[in-house]
Amino acid sequence: MSIPTREQMLAAAVSRHGEANQRAISSASVAICGLGGIGSNVAVALARAGVGRLVLADFDRVDVTNLQRQQYKATQTGMLKTQALKENLLEIAPYIQIVTYNIRLTDDNVRTVIADSQIVCEAFDDAQCKAMLAEAVLAGYTDKYLVACSGMAGFGSPNAIKTRRISGRFYLCGDGISEVGEGLGLVSSRVMLCAAHQAHTILRIITGQTDV
Amino acid sequence: MVKVNGKPEDAAGRTLAQYLKEKSFDFKRIAAELNGDIVPKAQYDTTVLRDGDELEVVSFVGGG
Repeated sequence: MSIPTREQMLAAAVSRHGEANQRAISSASVAICGLGGIGSNVAVALARAGVGRLVLADFDRVDVTNLQRQQYKATQTGMLKTQALKENLLEIAPYIQIVTYNIRLTDDNVRTVIADSQIVCEAFDDAQCKAMLAEAVLAGYTDKYLVACSGMAGFGSPNAIKTRRISGRFYLCGDGISEVGEGLGLVSSRVMLCAAHQAHTILRIITGQTDV
Repeated sequence: MVKVNGKPEDAAGRTLAQYLKEKSFDFKRIAAELNGDIVPKAQYDTTVLRDGDELEVVSFVGGG
């Protein structure tokens, strides 16, 4: 089995995205914090688009309950999410650079993870972790972008998922209200919609289109 | 008047902490931006809202 060369894959990407855009995409680094339904789908979209470097952070292992929406395979149950996702991304995009942090992100260690990335994707499940990361990125730096998510659970309308630019470096995707809880679970297609909003927003920022 | 999430509110003169408490926001789940800059939670008590300020409060919900 042979895979395309680095040059062949780059040429295919350039023909779709344009040379200047692809140059920016290929040299970008994005930190993805949380590798569940949002993070794993964002990672796949960015790897396919040819993002040069991804930083993947999560403490968790692949569980049977993740398989209905997250980009892992049944054969990967029990693996660390960082390792399983790295494996899957390298099958899709063999020349991507991937850095993994198998840690639970807190206010004390998050700066190490995001230090070398211009854009941070917030993909946590927990609302308090989302708020922690927002403050760490937006108050801790003057040049990093945060693309966060809030509200994507359930079978609600796909058209309720939106991207808002809260301020210059802060984008928020989701419907803002559909919280995971009793009777409202995460559904693969709606999670993917929100992840696609985030991934596309990240690609737009990389290529200099910072409006929404 | 302070514009909060796009709507005028009679909040001038109060600290950000006082205003957010009155509105029953859960401090641990929010991000507050005042005139485009995030306010760190440690500064909620000392940040005073002024006439003409624009405040954006994002309340995160779980799921991701």
